[in-house]
Amino acid sequence: MTPQALLLAQTVVSGLLVGLMFSLIAVGLALIYGVMGLVNFAHGDLLMLSMYAAFWLHKLFSLDPLLSLPLCTLLLFLLGITIYRLVVKRILDAPKISQIFATFGLVVFFRNLAHFLWSPDYRLIREPFLRGRLEVFGIYVSIPQLVASIGAVVASGFIYWFVMKTEIGRALRATAEDKEAAALMGINSDRMYALAWGMGAACVGVAGALLSNFYFVFPEVGAIFGLTALMIVVLGGLGSIPGAFTAGIIVGLVQVLGGYFIAPAFKMVVVFLIYLVIVILRPQGLFGKW
Amino acid sequence: MFDRRTFASLLLALALVAGLTGACKPPAPTPTPAPTPVPEVVIGAIYPLSGALAPTGEVLKGGVELAVEIINGKYPDLNLPLAAEEGLPNLGGAKIKVIFGDHEASPEKGMSEAERLITEEKVVALLGCYNSSVTATASEAAERHKIPFVNASSTSPILHTRGFKYFFRTTPHDRTFAENFFDFLKDLKEKKGIEVKTLAIVYEDTLWGADVGKAEKELAEKYGYEVVADIPYEHETAEVTSEVMKLKAANADAVMMASYISDAILYQRTFKELDFNPPGILAMDAGHIDPSFLGTVGADGNYILSREVWALDLAVKKPMVETVNDMFKERVGKDMDGSSARAFTGMLVLADAINRAGSTDPEAIRKALRETDIPGDMIIMPWEGVKFDPETGQNPLGRGIIVQVQDEKYYTVWPFDLASRDIIWPMPTWAER
Repeated sequence: MTPQALLLAQTVVSGLLVGLMFSLIAVGLALIYGVMGLVNFAHGDLLMLSMYAAFWLHKLFSLDPLLSLPLCTLLLFLLGITIYRLVVKRILDAPKISQIFATFGLVVFFRNLAHFLWSPDYRLIREPFLRGRLEVFGIYVSIPQLVASIGAVVASGFIYWFVMKTEIGRALRATAEDKEAAALMGINSDRMYALAWGMGAACVGVAGALLSNFYFVFPEVGAIFGLTALMIVVLGGLGSIPGAFTAGIIVGLVQVLGGYFIAPAFKMVVVFLIYLVIVILRPQGLFGKW
Repeated sequence: MFDRRTFASLLLALALVAGLTGACKPPAPTPTPAPTPVPEVVIGAIYPLSGALAPTGEVLKGGVELAVEIINGKYPDLNLPLAAEEGLPNLGGAKIKVIFGDHEASPEKGMSEAERLITEEKVVALLGCYNSSVTATASEAAERHKIPFVNASSTSPILHTRGFKYFFRTTPHDRTFAENFFDFLKDLKEKKGIEVKTLAIVYEDTLWGADVGKAEKELAEKYGYEVVADIPYEHETAEVTSEVMKLKAANADAVMMASYISDAILYQRTFKELDFNPPGILAMDAGHIDPSFLGTVGADGNYILSREVWALDLAVKKPMVETVNDMFKERVGKDMDGSSARAFTGMLVLADAINRAGSTDPEAIRKALRETDIPGDMIIMPWEGVKFDPETGQNPLGRGIIVQVQDEKYYTVWPFDLASRDIIWPMPTWAER
């Protein structure tokens, strides 16, 4: 390959890896919004909690993040349901502004809880099972990032299959479309909402365990990913899972490609420019609703 | 799905987990406040105690608190200002009390914290803020209220050029440090025969990084080096892939970096991932000398060079450095670094001035600060001493050193006559490590 082609290929591959990371986080957020019409601002911080879970399981019990993945997913699933039951359920009929403040309050709560319990120090899992990199035709692929990307595809695929092809998935979609009509059909909307929250949180449970293989953990790490995830969900079409998935890849690619070929200082400018263009031309996002 | 009881036990389980992991955090000892009714001198200190820079904020606070402990206590063996007696002797043994403010790396918050400390807590002087962008605004508030502001750790060159009367900076600034880099490169050529012709300059894009980048570019032009890559970047970013790829493409003889802690870690990881092997990386302090940097990247941080303001191995020439470091380590659980050492020194300089003023009147303190003259052997820094230029408030006696990470520790490698170890240049590639 010519050096130019190699550089381009490397940028595309890196962009894909970064993008799939975002995708998984965004898919969970899209699920919650899709079913309930509620934006979970604390999504990034749920990711942070999952990363800490993976870190502590490794530190205290020498459990490799790959092995603790199911545990982190389960923990976050339960946490999602807990948050729904304790907080979200009570504000379902409240004005939108209260709903926004509720999940925003969770952001402040979780971040400061993490600060208090675990100090602001940066943590990194030093020798995970997944480490090192591959060199394929002169392109560098980080192994933990590769596995994280594969995990993202698998998890997103699973969520999509679950929502579109199973009975419970249909019930979720019915509740999303029309809560009252679904209730008339015998679907318990309370259970559906709890399930949506549980599954949405489980997505970042998976993402957190995968990310902890190569990303450092600290209380504010949610801010870095959470905001981008929100933007991706809107870009993909609020509530659309394939939309969030695709938009995540697009953002990752644009960020790295734009950063390389234009200038790293402008990479977010390019991302947001594309975001603006798409949202202006097509306000419902790329894929609209499921 | 769950009944009440299962639910409650779930919550209990979560709480237990939180408690277990919380209990694993090392205890942070705090100095006990003086219970005596001796009058107090109240000082404000504004640092990034939360947010991405919180680890740095923690050690800055630790440095100040250790200084206060030494001032308020009796340490006749330490050749530091005010160590020998308890409290401030010219104020009847009055003790220093510091009230900390958290600026969260936000210039607006820094300014409002300064206002709060001055108007509500009635502090007689301020210390702070680490982030140059925050020091700029906080010291503005101090200037308006005519309260002396001692800046110990911010290095942006513009801070002392604003014509302020109440601003005093003990640390040398980035212009001086950038000059140190080029002195170092010159020495490298003349004394070690290593020639660097092209430079890549990477810097975070807030006030500090931008000023460092600017100074480095100007000096590069002045001394005839070619800048083959000029890469500003956003410091709170999820990835730096494109930046590192640009660095690889540029293939410079040396990379000059100015990063805070989280981006420094990100870059190091990405350098390894993308197999980036420059002959040398010259970092401008900050993130690269933060204890969390090596704490997080470990051996991957080896061979990085950084401009430093201070190093533990200065103890070879100044044993007091080791004594103070031991005290700090006992209280905070980590070795001192350039940030904590400067915050520590800043507090001592301020207290020395208040003592000479013999009063808590801000005007008297300001006058005393202007007359400061502390010799080099009474501070733990590698400076000739502490004085303040009457026009600008800048200490002209400061200077930097260059350290290299070897075997996961920082060793002074320049000036070559102060070096405790030989420099390793070029860096071994990732494959060779």
